[in-house]
Amino acid sequence: MMRPLQPVGAGARILLGTAFFAAFLGLWAAVSYGGVVPALFLASPGRTLASGWALLAEYGFAFDIGVTVWRVVGGFLLAALVAVPLGLLMGAFKPVEAFFEPFLSFARYLPASAFIPLLILWAGVGEAQKLAVIVIGSVFQLVIMVAVIAGGTRRDLVEAAYTLGSRPLSILRRVVIPAAAPQVAEALRLVLGWAWTYVIVAELVGASSGIGHMIMDSQRLLDTGQMIFGIVTIGVIGLVTDLLFKAANRKLFPWAAL
Amino acid sequence: MSQEPLRIRGVTRSFPGQGRAGPTLALQPTDLTVAPGEFVAILGPSGCGKSTLLRIVAGLDRPTAGTVHLGPREVTGPGPDRGMVFQSYTLFPWLSVADNIRYGLVERGVKPAEQQEILARFLARTGLRGFENHWPRQLSGGMQQRTALARALANDPEILLLDEPFGALDHQTRELMQELLLEIWQADRKTVLFVTHDIDEAIFLANRVVVMSARPGRIKAEVKVDLPYPREWTVKTTPEFGALKARLMGEIREEVRRAAAS
Repeated sequence: MMRPLQPVGAGARILLGTAFFAAFLGLWAAVSYGGVVPALFLASPGRTLASGWALLAEYGFAFDIGVTVWRVVGGFLLAALVAVPLGLLMGAFKPVEAFFEPFLSFARYLPASAFIPLLILWAGVGEAQKLAVIVIGSVFQLVIMVAVIAGGTRRDLVEAAYTLGSRPLSILRRVVIPAAAPQVAEALRLVLGWAWTYVIVAELVGASSGIGHMIMDSQRLLDTGQMIFGIVTIGVIGLVTDLLFKAANRKLFPWAAL
Repeated sequence: MSQEPLRIRGVTRSFPGQGRAGPTLALQPTDLTVAPGEFVAILGPSGCGKSTLLRIVAGLDRPTAGTVHLGPREVTGPGPDRGMVFQSYTLFPWLSVADNIRYGLVERGVKPAEQQEILARFLARTGLRGFENHWPRQLSGGMQQRTALARALANDPEILLLDEPFGALDHQTRELMQELLLEIWQADRKTVLFVTHDIDEAIFLANRVVVMSARPGRIKAEVKVDLPYPREWTVKTTPEFGALKARLMGEIREEVRRAAAS
């Protein structure tokens, strides 16, 4: 019997999480092996694995994965390098917020994918253009998220710090930043997920390597097995980085998790 | 730090009105002098402006009119010469108990060896030895307020401002904390300004109780508490204590009624 908000045990949690993956796989196997959907449109799980093996063994897919990961990490780090300090300053100092916030609220609605044709004009089809798509897609959102987190710093902690002799800059360094750190790390985890979406969009157009480029090539050959394998690869990488990010956050901020 | 008298002169506070409502007067012109080494309790019903007055002394709020002086210096903002303990739990959750207590020392650039020595002294005095590496979240409310007290005292302020520091604690813990605070005050005689709505607490701790009226607050009575120090919990059962309590209850009841009627 389920009761609202009652916690679930660790064993049951893993079992339930795995069960959905199994059900998903079962449904996929049923509709593909059972002939409900023709193989031309949906490759079976076995066919997908075989295509994946061929991709890795014969077509150097590992290199594409490496290139895409490099772009995601590079674009994400560039965005974070700008967004985190700016967001912290905006959250802490209201004039800074008043200066940037209206423009950022406008800029975050600019669709990153719509910039691709323009970016190709400006930066060609090289790495700079791929990174730029990711940066445009994530930097504005991230700044606003960090600013909201920093702006939400508990007022009574700031006041306590003042009565202990802190000056404004040390309030920022010793109160606002450590108080915001765990939530900022969570925001970064979310934004890394979006970066994966943008990199594939960037690679679908005007790229000669990367997972997105491979998926585009496979479409020309009507190889749904390879396309699905490419998509699943992204999912697996995403899941693994998410788990690593969560583990790192628990390790870095033990005081927040207790 | 040498101790200086605290002089509050004509301090008034009104808050701007919302919409068409006029400004709200929270504190009528208030005068109060606290001599070095005195323990003054400000007693009043909730919402009477006693916390507002304390926040103005701390420099966390600005008076609409009037001045606050600590010795020769006018208070224009918060500073480490006025240590404060709040009713809410304000330990820095990302710092251990030890690092919380050292917070102000690090800010002042005290040498590490001296920091350790001060830390050890206040851990012992507040009964926190063995907890120095705990996170605040692992502590009970009483332990958190002990740490907050140690953190304020470690800075060696000229005056200690306490804003209902035990208000969120259960009755038994609160009594223990009162005894702890009294022990510390009896040992150093550091000037204390203590805000509370608990009559027993005010009499037990203070050598002078200032009663505030319902909003808009003003000082309506001052009662000297002539019970000798060192005081023990047994003082609460003496007839002198009872007489003081009866008198203060009379003063407060009237104000609570007025606050409820308005």
